[in-house]
Amino acid sequence: MKPSLGSLLSIDQLTTEQIEAILALARRMDPNRPSRLLHGKRVVLLFYEASTRTRASFDFAAKALGAMTTLVTTTSSSIEKGESLIDTGWTIQAIGADVIVMRHPNSGSAHLLARYMSVPIVNAGDGMHQHPSQALLDALTILNHKKELRGLRVVIVGDVYHSRVARSNAELLSRFGAEVIFCGPRDFVPEVAATLAPGVAVSHDLNAALQGADVVMALRVQKERLAGRHHSVEDYIAHYQVTPHRMMLAKPDAILMHPGPVIRGMELASEVADGPQSCIHEQVRNGVKTRMAILAMVLGAKN
Amino acid sequence: MDSLLIQRGRVIDPASGVDHEMDVLLRDGRVAAVAAPGTLRGQATQTLNVRGAIVAPGLIDMHVHLREPGHSHKETKVTGTAAAAAGGFTSVCVMPNTVPVNDSVEITRWMLSPERGALVNVFPIAAATIGSAGEKLTSFAALKKAGAVAVSDDGKPILDDKVMRNVLRRAARLNMTVVQHAEDTRATVGCSMNYGPTSFRLGVHGMPNSAESSVVERDIALARETKGRVHVAHLSTREALEAVRRAKKAKLRVTAEVTPHHFTLIDENVGEFDTHYKMNPPLRSAADRDAMIEGILDGTIDAIATDHAPHAFHEKQVEFERAAFGITGLETALPIALTVLHHHFKLTLWRIVELLASNPAKIFGLAGRGTLAKGAHADVTIFDPRKKWTFDASQSFSKSRNTPFDGWNFTGRAVVTIVGGKVVYEG
Repeated sequence: MKPSLGSLLSIDQLTTEQIEAILALARRMDPNRPSRLLHGKRVVLLFYEASTRTRASFDFAAKALGAMTTLVTTTSSSIEKGESLIDTGWTIQAIGADVIVMRHPNSGSAHLLARYMSVPIVNAGDGMHQHPSQALLDALTILNHKKELRGLRVVIVGDVYHSRVARSNAELLSRFGAEVIFCGPRDFVPEVAATLAPGVAVSHDLNAALQGADVVMALRVQKERLAGRHHSVEDYIAHYQVTPHRMMLAKPDAILMHPGPVIRGMELASEVADGPQSCIHEQVRNGVKTRMAILAMVLGAKN
Repeated sequence: MDSLLIQRGRVIDPASGVDHEMDVLLRDGRVAAVAAPGTLRGQATQTLNVRGAIVAPGLIDMHVHLREPGHSHKETKVTGTAAAAAGGFTSVCVMPNTVPVNDSVEITRWMLSPERGALVNVFPIAAATIGSAGEKLTSFAALKKAGAVAVSDDGKPILDDKVMRNVLRRAARLNMTVVQHAEDTRATVGCSMNYGPTSFRLGVHGMPNSAESSVVERDIALARETKGRVHVAHLSTREALEAVRRAKKAKLRVTAEVTPHHFTLIDENVGEFDTHYKMNPPLRSAADRDAMIEGILDGTIDAIATDHAPHAFHEKQVEFERAAFGITGLETALPIALTVLHHHFKLTLWRIVELLASNPAKIFGLAGRGTLAKGAHADVTIFDPRKKWTFDASQSFSKSRNTPFDGWNFTGRAVVTIVGGKVVYEG
């Protein structure tokens, strides 16, 4: 593979070999063992949207490799004064950033920035489009429990329509031959979702979808998105909440995942979120390792 | 006044049933004669030998945004009409969504004032309702007298049945056409492209086909009821096309235009959020695009119009969902029609001239335009259907550069554009 990835914008953009290389490198990363791999590198975290996990873990990941980080957020910058995304990018680049990690509410914003910048862009979530580092850390998590992705039955349940996590995960899992079932009410899981990648199917019946599942991935469901829809909160919980009872429909060794933030009592029952099959904390830990690998690869660090 | 003899071209003028090698004599701003080659020799002060080229009535673009007043950073009458001339258009019909909206005699006159410096004929389309707010009707008769050729609230579709009914009735009394941008905007809030696999993949809200076809069907029903004349702007969906096809069979006064991009491109061409492929109506599926071609070939579509919509760099090179809708089109419409429709789909040049000149003149009732009959205005487009060339957007006459056709190779283009007997473009 190429020594450097360039920007990381979407799962689609990566070759299978590049994905495998990132995962292999992530496995070797240890946040608790200080490294000087990215010593002297300047990582700018450009966040147009709130974030706990992604921001903190990119920050830790960069620092664990010896890089410096600077945070730029909407409310504390010239973005509030009406500066365009391209101008903000040029400014950050001129200040001396070696890489820009960006979270943005608009789909495609990372592609826009990458088109105009000469430094690599890492997409830390763009609108409803992509969240590639999440899909990579999820793959790492699944592979800690399963021999390979090929042949796995992965149920992604919740608000798929609005979810960049769902899109990135489905593209990655499909690439490696897993079967992906998007599940949820029609407003959240439209039929067109099945066209996303080969091996992706749509279901509106969670009990049926969970039969024989190896991985159950729940997505956050925002109450306000249910407002005015055909489904009330009660309906959603009744039909789509992942409960201990429903987890029993999946394979006995199935794992339960959630990208966070979890809305307990909505998409997940607390017993499941905290239960023995839950990998939610492991996902967060893998997030730091995965993002260390991503930063090392986009900056072309020799390892 | 000067006179000009256009020699040895192939004259194609569907309105007078002519397709022959003929000479055309222009004098005092009018067509003085069209006659067998050589027979008009010596009658003009100037001659133009155009052997091998097509001599057609001046092309008319029914759907153009020239942005003045209010948005002269995107385009002016000078730059927009220069682009029109280079594209072979001798007349442009300009939409009222300026700032302020063209809902008054004053603004219509302002647009038509010689001080604007237009190189080609400008025909304002006035707002149908005051401020295009969809409530109170404008003064159609006064606007028509001032020079408006049609009414439309383009971009702000008239959704209220009662208002649309009144607009159609009042326009019918004056023999004016009502142009509707058919979009149920209640179903397209927050949308920036077509609804389908591509919008889902990109995580962008999509406009369903039904948002267009439902309004077209409603308008057709109202046209039947009021005997009014509806012209469907930039038709883009197969369902709306089918509705127009049925309306025509029922002999209703319904006409439709399609843009070059809607019969050429599809939503997948948006690729990775290229805002040069963002316009409204959006690029649709391949099935819709193919239906547009079919509609052109079978005559359901009356006209090709550009929806020329210039925007500045800072309005397009932003996040896809925030980018302005629209692309430029004046310089590429005839080349695309020739390359795609004539050379690829074997549509006759006769039909191309109908779509770009004769029919637009008929639909808007532009007397003495869209034809080279004796006495008609001396608006002539001379084009070479075989000339191979590459479009370079950086060399465009338009003030803006927002086109998906940059770098496209075309076969065919305008070589001379004549307005009122005067050569305004020579390529």
